[in-house]
Amino acid sequence: MILRLWHKVAPVLSMVVALIVLWYGAAIWLNTHWAEDKAQRAGVTLTITALIADTWSQEKPKLPAPHQVAHEIWKTTVLKKITSKRSLIHHSKITLSSTLLGFALGTVLGIALAVGIVYNRTMDMSVMPWVIASQTIPILAVAPMIIVVLNAVGISGLLPKAIISMYLSFFPVVVGMVKGLRSPDHMQLDQMRTWNAGGGQTLWYLRLPSSMPYLFTSLKIAMAASLVGAVVGELPTGAVAGLGARLLAGSYYGQTIQIWSALIMAAMLAALLVGLIGVLQRITLKHMGMV
Amino acid sequence: MISAKDLSLTFQTNDGQVQALKDVSLNINQGDFVSFIGPSGCGKTTFLRVMADLEAPTAGSITVNGQSPEVARRARAYGYVFQAAGLYPWRTIGGNISLPLEVMGYDKAAQADRVRHVLDLVELNGFEKKFPWQLSGGMQQRASIARALAFDADLLLMDEPFGALDEIVRDHLNEQLLQLWMRTNKTICFVTHSIPEAVYLSTKIVVMSPRPGRITDVIDSPLPKERPLEIRDSAQFIEIAHRVRAGLRAGHGDLA
Amino acid sequence: MGWLAVGFLAWLGGWAINIRLAALPKSRLTGLAIPMIFGLSLVVIWESMVRGFDVSPILLPAPSVISVKFAGSLGILWQDFVQTVVKGALSGYAIGCGSAFALAVVIDRFPFLQRGLLPIGNFVAALPIIGMAPILVMWFGFDWQSKSAVVVVMVFFPMLVNTVEGLRATNMMQRDLMRTYAAGYWQTLLKLRLPAAMPFVFNGLKVTTTLALIGAIVAEFFGSPIKGMGFRISTEVGRLALDMVWAEITVAALAGSAFYGSVAMIEKKVTFWHPSQRG
Repeated sequence: MILRLWHKVAPVLSMVVALIVLWYGAAIWLNTHWAEDKAQRAGVTLTITALIADTWSQEKPKLPAPHQVAHEIWKTTVLKKITSKRSLIHHSKITLSSTLLGFALGTVLGIALAVGIVYNRTMDMSVMPWVIASQTIPILAVAPMIIVVLNAVGISGLLPKAIISMYLSFFPVVVGMVKGLRSPDHMQLDQMRTWNAGGGQTLWYLRLPSSMPYLFTSLKIAMAASLVGAVVGELPTGAVAGLGARLLAGSYYGQTIQIWSALIMAAMLAALLVGLIGVLQRITLKHMGMV
Repeated sequence: MISAKDLSLTFQTNDGQVQALKDVSLNINQGDFVSFIGPSGCGKTTFLRVMADLEAPTAGSITVNGQSPEVARRARAYGYVFQAAGLYPWRTIGGNISLPLEVMGYDKAAQADRVRHVLDLVELNGFEKKFPWQLSGGMQQRASIARALAFDADLLLMDEPFGALDEIVRDHLNEQLLQLWMRTNKTICFVTHSIPEAVYLSTKIVVMSPRPGRITDVIDSPLPKERPLEIRDSAQFIEIAHRVRAGLRAGHGDLA
Repeated sequence: MGWLAVGFLAWLGGWAINIRLAALPKSRLTGLAIPMIFGLSLVVIWESMVRGFDVSPILLPAPSVISVKFAGSLGILWQDFVQTVVKGALSGYAIGCGSAFALAVVIDRFPFLQRGLLPIGNFVAALPIIGMAPILVMWFGFDWQSKSAVVVVMVFFPMLVNTVEGLRATNMMQRDLMRTYAAGYWQTLLKLRLPAAMPFVFNGLKVTTTLALIGAIVAEFFGSPIKGMGFRISTEVGRLALDMVWAEITVAALAGSAFYGSVAMIEKKVTFWHPSQRG
């Protein structure tokens, strides 16, 4: 058993190690120019080791080295009070709250639409094409407009960002649930009819349980999309809080290490959230014997 | 043509070791029609796959045309027909039949010739440009057989090719296969679940039983080479079928 | 008041017509007409609500106002379209999807690499990759190259994951058949595994069309010469000229649908044999 676990983990680990090594190498390559410039201005010639050491410790490097990013993250999470405006955890909480709200709204909307589409032929033929078309409107691109408009009617703070997240996350849920609700085969549906089961009963006893695997796959995509929505929603209006805002602030002031630390934090948040759904998925499906 | 001696194959599975074949010894001569019959897990498909170099034995020896199965495979010495037609849906029937010919490097003119020839053999003329999903199950299986005949292999290995078809189509295809065999003089190894099918088609019937997979009986059929379907009601036929059934029961009884 | 009534009637009327049409046997005509009628009624409701409730144009312009602005700004809209979609999105899409496909074929020969890269690929595909936009602008400059780079990063991993999945899609029987023909690796790849992978490859190509467009537009929020759809949207929002913003959204929606639609058409030709295409 341990051997099988190792068989699965070893390639991934070695790839991660290889990528980190490549990262250090790229940092040398991209930061060399600045290091040499600096040395030239100071009238110093650098040895190779000094050059490399410099490329890995610049203040505003073109590509920060992994340890620099790790140090920054450590500094702004563990070493800062959570209530401080500079704490990465504080920013993560803000992004997280709009992500979760948007995700919840999107899931509810998605499931409601899916049930409507599956049970009502008119809805199926009129709404479904527009659901698909809705994704061609690049909502992320108009996040600025949405925030401004909603602020003007007095809706500000958490809700506008959550609405953007909702728009992005409802689509995978609708598509997945429609597929899932339609997945029981004809034999099982006929069986329900022989028992004179009503629409609601068929939904509860047959269609909903059958759609669980599809639901969880969609929820993972929806969660990732919701996070992207929350981050981008924090960009446009010179927002002051959240991971997206941190990203923007870093890009304005050329603080590349700050940008990378915010990005990595967002990545870890995404991995954590999607991972949680994965765990929930495994528990639920195992309980339902659908592994 | 094929000679197996004390052939054994043990699989490593999650639930431990499974002995699919144990000390199987058999000689198959040129021009034979040999059926392998037995319940699930008796090793008949595994034996066929060892002949085709799709599995490797763990003990014993086997030669095909006097060479190892791998050499025979590289020399394209046999055609294999699977349980499902397995035609590529993106190719026409003609395209599917010429697939092995393309792989083996036949030129375009030879390909066209052979495709026409084998379509004629299995009575699918005119279906060259159709796609597999436009044909019925029986026709797809016939196309699969045509594909196995396209290049001149002397040996045909067939793994329950008619299992998924209804009895009426099956009878018809059995007749056709027998006529094909008489016309082309190939050696055919045929795996089946059906006793009447095994007795009707073969010159030699190999009865196998499971756990471990082994040969329980080898019956040399006294039936004449030319056989109409009615022969299935003759006394001789029924006697052979009885012997097969007894062999199957004996293998089964070993467990009880 | 009159306008609100118009909107209400449009809603009822459209829905009533659609109920009738949906009850008919399904045909291409009804399949097209019903969503069109639904969309049309939405537009009428929009117009009537804006006029009926006297909604301020800096909140939500009426469709009539947007169409006028659209017709009057064709030059700018075209310029922005070329900058963002043609130069940024399309080039990034081609480079990103092409290299992902190539890498998938390369690592196909090395199961170790596959087992290592695939989980990482799945992970990265779920990340807010768009966050790399400021970094890429810093590396590649303000013009369309950095937007193209953002698109490459956004489409690479979903395309890689889909292609690898596709190359694994053949079943044992089909691979065994190739073995019985003593077919080599390249023969098996070209004649069996690549054709069988096409449904997955096109799934990836379709999903990434929307990613490419979004990536190119959002990347412009982080720095752009004075043209481009993202640039136009953010500046016009700042000027509260929302009718122009909606005109750009219309262009984006049209471009996105056209892009997705063309890939879907090619998919229909290439994977004509797949059950999902045969209906």
